[in-house]
Amino acid sequence: MKFAIQINEGPYQHQASDSAYYFTKAVLEKGHEVMRVFFYHDGVNNGTRLTTPPQDDRNIVNRWSELGEQHNLDLVVCVAAAQRRGIVDEGEMQRNGKDAHNIAPGFRISGLGQLIEAGIQSERLVVFGD
Amino acid sequence: MSILHTVNKSSFEKSSLDSCLRYAKDGSTLLLYEDGVYAALKGAASEEKIKSAMQNHKVCALGPDLKARGFSQDRVIDGVSLIDYAGFVDLAAEAEKVQAWV
Amino acid sequence: MSEEERTDDEGGVIKKFMYVNRRAPYGTVYALESLEVVLIGAAFDQDVSMVFIDDGVFEIKKGQDTAEIGMKNFSPTYRALEMYDVEKLYVSQESLAERGLTEDDLLVDVEVMPDSRIADLMDEQDVIFTF
Repeated sequence: MKFAIQINEGPYQHQASDSAYYFTKAVLEKGHEVMRVFFYHDGVNNGTRLTTPPQDDRNIVNRWSELGEQHNLDLVVCVAAAQRRGIVDEGEMQRNGKDAHNIAPGFRISGLGQLIEAGIQSERLVVFGD
Repeated sequence: MSILHTVNKSSFEKSSLDSCLRYAKDGSTLLLYEDGVYAALKGAASEEKIKSAMQNHKVCALGPDLKARGFSQDRVIDGVSLIDYAGFVDLAAEAEKVQAWV
Repeated sequence: MSEEERTDDEGGVIKKFMYVNRRAPYGTVYALESLEVVLIGAAFDQDVSMVFIDDGVFEIKKGQDTAEIGMKNFSPTYRALEMYDVEKLYVSQESLAERGLTEDDLLVDVEVMPDSRIADLMDEQDVIFTF
């Protein structure tokens, strides 16, 4: 079965991203497909590579990047939400005249249409939020 | 088939469980996870609400979230099924769609 | 998924999408950012409905004026939804009553209905978006 995952909250503040991570892993372990993980609202903060948690804590961002790499996941950060919150890739950096970018490996920034498309193309959309 | 309703907030703090139960049709499934699991405790003020929900719904709670919060199966209302993340995936796949009461 | 799957002119699938609005505006960004999803989603020609339940009914209260809190008043956008062919707006009668509101308080044409009917509508959807 084809799943899509939506994450509405950033890392650490809420359990949403942790729950979504374990859910996504379980979906994959059961042999289902995850066609997209869409990060919206403060969820876009899951996609900054500048996160530096204490060594004895989990690294939520790296965990997504690694899971993404292992399973070729489409980790999409919403551009409108990302612009508000300062999550930037190289293209956005140039377009908006910023002096840095911070998108984590395996994530990409794209439009809200990607969420709608996920709703159309997936068989189950599962939302994790506050 | 029907909807899998998920509730992840404590019913002592937020009204999402009440909202969920107002809109959940008979035969649909309720999953309590994250802070939502506190509603599944025996002797809590939410017990009657959950017991009454169990007459028309399958009620599940995520075991890893209960365990993390210091509760084992014996503290959970009889009839509430404890599941793991794999079970969560099965519930989502078995339902027609998932409604998150975030 | 509904049993009789509908398609558009190009043979694409048309799904029944429901946007569930349960949050008040301004205190958090959910209401604004979920409205942005509805506007973008309109270009995809799906069978869209919006429900306003719980604090979501405050999103469409008449007379919002944000001048003194320095935020954008996005409430006029709900009146523009019609131009995006988003015409099915449903409001919970119970949620309005609980908050001391009536249909006259709302800034856009909606269908006010009991929760039991909203529950039926939710059941008929293919996808439920929540924010």
